[in-house]
Order: sequence, then structure tokens, then C-alpha cells
Amino acid sequence: MNEIAPAHNIGGYVPMVDGPEKVSGRAKYTADFIVPGMLAGRIFRSPYSHAEILEVDVSDAAKLPGVKAIVTGADCDKAFGVLPVARTEHVLARDRVRYRGEPIAAIAALDDATAKEALRRIKLKVRELPAYHTARQAMAPDAIALHDHRPHNLERDVLFELGDVEAAFAAADLVREGAYNCAEVCQNQMEMHAAIADYDAVRDRMTVHASTQVPYYVHLMLAQILDMDMSRIRVIKPHVGGGFGCRTETLNVELIAALLARKAGGCVRLVVNREETFITHRGRPETDIRLKIGMRKDGRITGVECDCIQRGGAHSGYGIVTILYAGSMLYAIYALDNVKYVGKRVLTNTPPCGAFRGHGTVDIRFAFESLLDDTARALGLDPFAVRRANLLQAPTFTQNDLMVNSYGLPECLDWVERESGWTARKGKLPRGKGLGMACSHYISGASKPVNWTGEPHATVKLKLDFDGSIVLLTGAAEIGQGSSTVLVQSVAEVLGLDLSRIRIVSGDSEVVPKDNGSYSSRVTFMVGNAAIEAAQNLKAILIAAAARKLEAKPDEIECLGELYRAGAQDKGLTFNEVVTEALKDTGTITVTGNYSTLPQSHGGKKYRGAAIGGTMGYSYSAQVVEVTVDEETGVVTVDKVWVAHDCGRALNRLTVEGQVQGSVWMGMGQAMSEEAAYHDGLMVTANMLDYRVPTIQDSPPIEVGIVESIDPHGPFGAKEAGEGSLAAFLPALTNAIADATGLRFNDLPVTPDRVFAAIEKRARDGKANGGGNS
Amino acid sequence: MARILQFTLNGRARTEAVPDNLLLLDYLREVVGLTGTKTGCDGGECGACTVLFDDKPLLSCLTLAASIEGRRIDTIESLGRDGHLSAVQRGFHEKLGSQCGYCTPGYIMASAGLLRRNTNPSEADIREALGSNICRCTGYVKIIEAVKHAASLCAAGLTP
Repeated sequence: MNEIAPAHNIGGYVPMVDGPEKVSGRAKYTADFIVPGMLAGRIFRSPYSHAEILEVDVSDAAKLPGVKAIVTGADCDKAFGVLPVARTEHVLARDRVRYRGEPIAAIAALDDATAKEALRRIKLKVRELPAYHTARQAMAPDAIALHDHRPHNLERDVLFELGDVEAAFAAADLVREGAYNCAEVCQNQMEMHAAIADYDAVRDRMTVHASTQVPYYVHLMLAQILDMDMSRIRVIKPHVGGGFGCRTETLNVELIAALLARKAGGCVRLVVNREETFITHRGRPETDIRLKIGMRKDGRITGVECDCIQRGGAHSGYGIVTILYAGSMLYAIYALDNVKYVGKRVLTNTPPCGAFRGHGTVDIRFAFESLLDDTARALGLDPFAVRRANLLQAPTFTQNDLMVNSYGLPECLDWVERESGWTARKGKLPRGKGLGMACSHYISGASKPVNWTGEPHATVKLKLDFDGSIVLLTGAAEIGQGSSTVLVQSVAEVLGLDLSRIRIVSGDSEVVPKDNGSYSSRVTFMVGNAAIEAAQNLKAILIAAAARKLEAKPDEIECLGELYRAGAQDKGLTFNEVVTEALKDTGTITVTGNYSTLPQSHGGKKYRGAAIGGTMGYSYSAQVVEVTVDEETGVVTVDKVWVAHDCGRALNRLTVEGQVQGSVWMGMGQAMSEEAAYHDGLMVTANMLDYRVPTIQDSPPIEVGIVESIDPHGPFGAKEAGEGSLAAFLPALTNAIADATGLRFNDLPVTPDRVFAAIEKRARDGKANGGGNS
Repeated sequence: MARILQFTLNGRARTEAVPDNLLLLDYLREVVGLTGTKTGCDGGECGACTVLFDDKPLLSCLTLAASIEGRRIDTIESLGRDGHLSAVQRGFHEKLGSQCGYCTPGYIMASAGLLRRNTNPSEADIREALGSNICRCTGYVKIIEAVKHAASLCAAGLTP
């Protein structure tokens, strides 16, 4: 007889539970829900960067046969926005347009051709206003305000100084400064934005399918914009083709679809094209950073001063949070005692930026790790030694009150140093080749949610019925990152069952408990912990039932997954027999698991906005990048990346590797080729050829080392794995280029033309070791 | 104007009136309802709409439906045998060549096209065959592993 043992999956290579649908074409994304009779939606967009709207004349369009509904700003006077303190964006512009491509009107028609023709018949009269396409222009003293409540176009200014920075610089052996510019970048996720809104006029109910990371936020904003009771709204999140942060807030697409559907009294499919998806934006803002670091001869950082200006675009979005993250997340990776941060989030006449993967931390980390490298070089220190001289000692609280419980950065450093052969190879590579390294970190969920309601951060329900199958109900939005898989794994692990016992239902507000959504890498940590608690609650019920049936005490019952028994000699009960016994009490069993963050993880009060950056667990990453620079052409080739990521505990090694590789590679796109460029406010890179995403031909092998620091509060010890490794790539790349060429690139992306120009300039200047491009 | 076309779609012969200006992508998705083939861009930029046209990968977003007269078209829905995943499908599932899944049908069809003509591709062959597709999730590392795994499954007797 085979020994019966509980099934274990944690720490294995577990293919995604929704993988078979994705590889067979059966996975349905929002645009795939094609229903006969649905109307086609189209958006009329502003051709102006900044203008007062005098008239939107839709009378000609309305006369076109087949047009079923037209909505303009006049149809909705409510504003939306992800932050309760910054809900100032109109679904369809009223009075004023503030960026090229801003929605002004929308049409629902019998077919797409009719909707397109109707768009051509809309007449717009405006009075043009001065437009500001850069932060500098928008901050000029004579610039008019984009929004009346934001004088000088300053969405948010942040200032804090902790410790004594001036004294810290005086105590340093070397103080170095750098200026850095990171171009605006876009998520450019593969699925274009889409929504299907179906209005039931008889019952006054609205059902919306949305390609979102945050179905609950969409639900809230639909209620606000439609002025409908929340109970009349249902939000369904089908499969989602990537997000990377552009869908962490409600977008105008789903709101416009709903306005059209209600007006037309029917079902409207609104699928925007790639150019419109780019313009809907919510990417990472163009960022200018001035950074100053003081260092002692032993590599210890004495003080840091950082100035950061973000070109936020025309509306608030997450802007206030982004500029705060950029400051607060200077901390929690190294031990810093003296830090001054000045941040400015500026409103400009460009599409609104948002919460791109690594929210707020990436550009700052690029500047910091670049300057750290520079300073180390000037002091004759090894880059690894400099990081090791500034490590935190966990558990600890940072100077800005961030709670750090687990800290695997030392092991990350060891791994990439060893695996890349750093010590043996650094400085000994042939001409044109170089090695660079850098570190980064990220949160495992913001400890304070955007919409503070007092509820638990996460709730999971499990339903167990006569058939012995367990249905896991969660609002956690699976967007390809593997959240459904990790939740199923967590429940199966606690119960000792095979994954096949568990089915997951996620993302339909009619069925699942509310969840804040998939952003800030919160799902594994928060929803994972809720899933574990739910499974433990279910297990207790099953053990009690088995004890009753076996006439034993609950603490005598051994749970072996498919078998419950009272002692090794007992034949025991099968899982289905236990279920039958358990159902006698209550019928269908439903259990709940909750999770809430600890108050001490909520950040501090030393400056306004100091709660931002607070989390239950920080992930850590170290990277080594090897490059070859062709000095004839300026082309940089990444030969290989070694990355070590401290995810606390790898619940699923396959998906951790996939997330880390994807993060590194996305960082590579930002570092080397991606840029949202504008001409007179028009995004001229709004397609996948001009917005240059690395192809498979350009992309290196990425070797992943998993470091498990076992977080005391993480689910099975886990922390996040999907964002923390992005940022380190950028400085590791420029550090490697500096190693290969002696040229330091402080402006991103480092394109071949920039490299070539710097090489030419150095040749002209006749210096062996000149400066880079800044 | 429309014309009557005869062709084979996923192994079934069809005769159908198709408007002259209809794209193959829209025909497949909107008319037939084969939504496994995806729209990812405004034309020819991303490869998400890749189908097989007489076994060769083709961007259905740049192809008029009218041009498939007499041809054999295979979409993602045609793969697999008796309800089981094909070698390429298994490769992408088991090696995590697919995360969000949106680019996946295009990658799988491009990979199936590769393995139908070359059962033992080198890494360079794989990179070349998939060079016009974009994936935004994986960084491509596991896509390459997925196709290699699929090739080994083909060597063990599975169809691509």
C-alpha cells in the first residue's frame, strides 16, 4: 500500500492554472466578447494640446443613420480620479481640453464604419490656449494654470530633510553630484484598452467588462460617473492582456463605454486602437533628477540630497503618490541617516502619466545607483564593496519609519557576484566589453490602501460543496502575473490537496469578494495571506467533522490531504467522506479568510505623505549586466544578465523566474530604446515600431537566482517578485557601459545615436576619459 | 463588393461570401468568431494576429480575406489532437512561455510554422522565426525555452 501523504506544491515549478486556456485560444479578453447586436463605440479626441472649448456640435453626426448615441462633456459633470484627493478629470472634456488626444465626445453606432463616419461629422470650435509640453515650460512664472486649483501647475511639491545633510556632506571624504534625465515611457501592454458596457434599462443595471487591474476601483468610478447606486453595477474582469500599471486606475475607456451604453439603452463595445492606447497613457513620467551623495573613504554614505521633477501630464492620476514614492523609497535599501528630498509633480499639456511597474522608484534608483558607482570609482572602491558598506540590519525601521523585517540583499549581492564571475573578470574584459552592477527594491503592497474604508486589506472566500470541489472566490485581478495560480497553490498547500481539487473564480463583482486589485505588488502578500487563513478555517471545519465521525478529538486527527485519520493505525476517512460529514451541520460550507497589514507598517508622520512607501515586506534585487559596445556604430549589446531577487520565499519558482526576467527586460527597454516622444504635444511614437520595444533578437539570456529571506509576515514567508528587479537594470547597464567605454550616460534611453555622439565627442575632444552626454 | 471564396479553415472546407475590403483578422474574429487570434496593434507591428497560411506564418491583420481563395488557413483553435495540447501549446504552458497570454496565439502559430518546416531548430532559428512578434511579459527567455521544449516533444512524436 502506498503511503498517503499531503500534497505539496510550494516552492515547485508550477505551470499556471489558467495556462491551458491561454495556449489554446480559449482565454477570452474583453474585446473577444462579441455579442450579436452590440453597438460599436468610437471616441472623438482633441486635436489641440490646450484649448477652451467653445462648442461641440454633434448635430450632423446625430443625423447619420445607424448612430444610436452620442455623448459629450455635457452628459456628465462628475469628475473621476484614482486618488480621493485628486478627482478632477472629466470623462469627456468640459470647457477645456488639456492634451492632444483627450476625449471630447463619443459615438455608439450599429457598426464601426458608421461610428467612424459620425466622428468625421463632429464640429469642434475652440479658443487655443498656450500649451506647455515640458515641466520647465509649465512651471514658468507667466504660465497659466491647467487647473484653476493648481497654481503654477504644481500638482504636488514634496520637501523633507531628515538628519543634517549639510553636516553629512562636510563629514564626507568625497561629495559628488549628477544630473539625470529619464524619458517618459509607456507600458505598451499587448492588449489594447477595451470595455463592453451593457445597460439593462428595465432594471436600471449596468454590467461592464473591462480590461483592468482594479475592478473595484472601476466599480467605484462607474457609480460616481453614472450617478448610480453601486448595487446596480456589475464589473467583470475577464482575461487581461498585461497591465504593468497602466490599468491600476479607472480609465476613460470603461467610463465612456458605460455612458454610451446607458444613453443607447444597450450594449456597447469600445475597443480603442494602439495609438489611442498609447495616448490613454498612464506611463512613467519624464523625470529630471539632480542627486548629490557624500561618501567616506570606506564607502559609507554620509548624506543624500535629491531633487526630482516629474512631467505628470494633464491630469492628477496617481501623480501625488508617484512623487512621494520617489522620495520615500530612497530609503529601505541602504542605511541612510541624512537625506533631503525635494520633489515636484508638474501638470503639463501631455497625456496623463500613471503608476508604471516599479511605481515612482525606477528613475530615482537609476540616478542613485549611477552616482553610487561614480563615487565608488572616484574613491577606488569596488561597486560591491560600496553596497556592502551601507547594508541595513533587519529587522529595523528606516529613518522615515519604514518597517523592514526581512532583507536578502546581502545574499543577492553574493549570488550575482559569484555567478557572473565578477571578481575574476571585472576590469579584464577585452576592449568594448564591460560589466556593471546595481541594486533595487520594491514594496509588497502599499500598507495603506488608496481608498481607506477600514475593511481588511484582502478577503478570500472558499466554498466547499457536496461534490468535494473547493471554489476559491477572490477579487484579485489575474492579469498574467500568476495571481490565480499562487492563490490556488496557497489553499492547496494548507489543505494538503492537489491543485486540481481547487477551482478559482476571480474578477466578477457579482460573485467574488471585493479586492483592491493588482497593483503595488500586493496580491501574493495580502491576498495570499487571506487565502491561507481561509484554507486554515476550512481545514478546522473538516478536522472537526472527521473527529466527530471517527469519535476522536480534533487534535488527534491527522490531515493527509485526501485522507483524514485518527492515528497511524486508523483506516481513516477519504476527503469526500469528511466533506459529507461536514455538510451535515450547515449544508454548503463557505469560509472566509482576511488579511490586514500591521499599523507599524503604515509609514510615519515625519513629513506630509510619509505613509507612502510603507509596506509589510520589501523585495530586493541585485544585478550584473555584461555589455559589448561597438564603438564604430554606437550599438550596445547586452550579452547577459545575472539577477538575484529576494522574494522572501518562492511560492512558485517558475512564475518567480518569469516575473523577474520580465521585469529585467522591461527595464532594458526603458534603458536602451523606449521613449514616448512628442511633437507639439502629439505623441509621435504611439505605435509599436516607433515606440521601440526590444525584440527577441535584441534580448539577452537572463539568469535568475532566487534568494529566500523568509519574511516573518509573508505567506509561507513570501514577498513580491514582479517589480523589484526592474529598476536595477537601468543603472547596471549604464555602469557596464561606463566600464566598457569610460563614458557615463545619465540620460535615458541610451540609444546608439547617443552613444555614437559621445564617442565622437570624446574623439574630438582628444581626451582618453572624458565625460558622457551630460 | 463581396466575392464567393472557397478555402479550408482549421481543416474544414468553407464556401463563403466575403467583402473585398475585409481583413482576414476581422473575418476570423468578427465573422467566424475565432477570437483566439488577437489584434495587438494598428497593423503589422506586433505579430499577435499570426495565423498559418499553407503552413507559413502570416499576419492576418495585413491580409485581405479575399486572398485566401483555395488556401489552407490554420488558427490557434486548430492545434491539439483529441482535446490534448499540441507540442507547441505544451511547451508554452509548461515552460511559462505565456504570461498574460495575449501574444501567445501569435507566438504559438509562428512557432508551429517553424517546427512544421524545421523539427530541430537552433536557438538562432527560433529567434529569427519569432523576430517579428512582440511579447511584453516574458523577456523572451522562457519563450525560447518553450519552443525548445516543444521541439523535444515533437521528437518524441507529438505534432507541433
